[in-house]
Amino acid sequence: MTTLLSVEHLSKVFTLGGGLFKPGRELVALNDISLTVEAGETLAIVGESGCGKTTLGRCIIKAQPVSEGKVFYHPKDGQKVELTELDKRAIKPWRRDIRMIFQDPMSSLNPNMRVFDLVAEPLRVHRICKGRELEDRVISTLGKVGIPADAIGRYPHAFSGGQRQRIGIARALVLDPKLVIADEAVSALDVSIQAQVLNLLDDLKREFGLTYIFISHDLGVVNYIADRVMVMYLGHVVETAPTEQLFERPRHPYSEMLLEALPIADPTRRKGQNKELRGEIPYLGNRPIGCPFHTRCRYAQDKCRAEKPALRPINGTAQMAACHFAETLELKGAYEAPQKVFA
Amino acid sequence: MAVETLTPAEAMAPAKPQRESQMRLMWRRFRQHQLAVISLWIVVAFYLVAAFAEFLAPSDPGAYSARYTYAPPQGINFFVQGEDGGWSFQPHVNGYRSEVDQAAMRRTFVIDPEEIIPVQFFAPAEPYRLAGIIPMSVKLMGVENARDPFYVLGADRLGRDLLSRLIHGTRISLSIGLAGVGLSLFFGIVIGGFAGYYGGWFDSAVMRVIEFIRSLPTIPLWLGLAAAMPKDWNAVQTYFAITIILSLIGWTELARVVRGRFLSLRTEDFVTAAQLDGASDWRIITRHMVPSFTSHIIAAATLAIPGMILAETALSFLGLGLQAPIVSWGTLLQDAQNIRTLATAPWLLAPGVCVVVVILALNFFGDGLRDAADPHGR
Repeated sequence: MTTLLSVEHLSKVFTLGGGLFKPGRELVALNDISLTVEAGETLAIVGESGCGKTTLGRCIIKAQPVSEGKVFYHPKDGQKVELTELDKRAIKPWRRDIRMIFQDPMSSLNPNMRVFDLVAEPLRVHRICKGRELEDRVISTLGKVGIPADAIGRYPHAFSGGQRQRIGIARALVLDPKLVIADEAVSALDVSIQAQVLNLLDDLKREFGLTYIFISHDLGVVNYIADRVMVMYLGHVVETAPTEQLFERPRHPYSEMLLEALPIADPTRRKGQNKELRGEIPYLGNRPIGCPFHTRCRYAQDKCRAEKPALRPINGTAQMAACHFAETLELKGAYEAPQKVFA
Repeated sequence: MAVETLTPAEAMAPAKPQRESQMRLMWRRFRQHQLAVISLWIVVAFYLVAAFAEFLAPSDPGAYSARYTYAPPQGINFFVQGEDGGWSFQPHVNGYRSEVDQAAMRRTFVIDPEEIIPVQFFAPAEPYRLAGIIPMSVKLMGVENARDPFYVLGADRLGRDLLSRLIHGTRISLSIGLAGVGLSLFFGIVIGGFAGYYGGWFDSAVMRVIEFIRSLPTIPLWLGLAAAMPKDWNAVQTYFAITIILSLIGWTELARVVRGRFLSLRTEDFVTAAQLDGASDWRIITRHMVPSFTSHIIAAATLAIPGMILAETALSFLGLGLQAPIVSWGTLLQDAQNIRTLATAPWLLAPGVCVVVVILALNFFGDGLRDAADPHGR
């Protein structure tokens, strides 16, 4: 496996308010995040709303400038491009390789453009082809996502949510990307449509040899699609692990809490199982000292309130967690790894 | 794998344009607004009058006649009674008889029903150029003998035909409204667009400047600028100078509208998506952002026209805008400034009626457009 993308010590700080004479308040949305994405894998980033997962996705793709840290893209073995230092013009060729699927298919498609133009737009911007060739390419891409060729003259509002998301996927794939960042790509869809779109993403991944960064808050979806999971809390990475390992034996209390909140589709086992998430996420601008999670953690000790744990490998496995007691705590996984409901 | 396809009904839907473009939808909503539709026709009618002023005006707006000062409106009649008592179709105006009011020691004109002056439609006239381009020698109406009085709407102090002057004034007043808004629109879109798209300090600076300009009382500002205009400028120069003066204020409103639209669109996902496609700023602005608010801009611009027309009228009325011999509604209303004239020649207020009708029509039309463009924004 080769590394496709690596993020080193990425931080993102927003400045809130502030005026001509008084400085604004700082809000740390991402705190020293490092990660690597291997070619061909699906990395899921999970966490509650406001944990910074979307911001991370947008920082990687440079939809937002980063405050600190670097993002590297490795187009070929040994080649390394620092995306964070490139300006608008210089990054353009790499935009063909790294594409994004948006959460809301209602707002991510320009309502004034027809499907054909929507999907053709990336090809036109990059001057890849035109005329007949452009037409063929657009239609074949739309075909792959299940939009019939006779619909190309329509406007987005004539489609259902699931179809729109397919158009969004076609827009991402028409450039033959290597890496696709899917930001809550199925969250806005009905459950039945979610399944179809997830299957589609899975098929396309195999067909085109794609790599996904899949941002989601839905662990069920993540379990289905991801090879590896990264759990974020308050702008920190608290745990990364191969999906099965995480579901079986989480090493961070926050991961345990998230897994507990998974609904179980079996009434006989439901009793007493469904504890809700404890407490509220602290306001980002007002983060706790020590372990960011200690305010809600049921295992918190004095050490947690004083000292911030680093992300470290657990017992030499691929699992990493940022908890002082990761090795000793007996944390419960999902009662039983949810079955692949959609398979 | 189950792939969601179009439902049969959707797939069966005719392959012909299922498209309902933004403009179409807007037009459909607009048509439900009856007052706005009526206003649209009124506005169109006025602009047609402005376009064909030379053809419609019976006489030259500057032609005076000392014999018929303050002659009252004749009106047009269509039937005459023959000697046998039967009626026959003959468009005509009646001549004048002059009477002397002994008490006031003033000569007044009275319509003389006996005297019939036939009116010809498409009457031959001195050759002229329509809108300065198309050579023509026919007017909509005229009298056979040029010496006969023909004052459908009456005459002014110098015996000039008010109808002709009104028609030519329509051209100047309406076109100054359009030109002023056009100029404002240009500055508004460029400046407001930059401010809205790039935001930051430039946006703040532009907004403060706009607030400053809008806090200035307009009439004194216009007065000052108009007074600074050299007196020896010719008609065309004054016309353009006045247009520019009016747009100096006018652009601010449009710039705010454009900026607001840009600000709200800038954070839309589809704009981010275009940025992530690698599209240039220019492409994003022209292909993705502007098309989604052209309808709003058209509506805002329409609503800005009445302000321009009123401003020009006000300036000219005060004698600081356009000057004679240019004929505009404002300069025409200058003749109606004192009560004595009004008492003896109330028809001189006709330009005022035109102003009111056009302003109302444009406002209703603009309101209709705005509601149609943004059904949720009421």
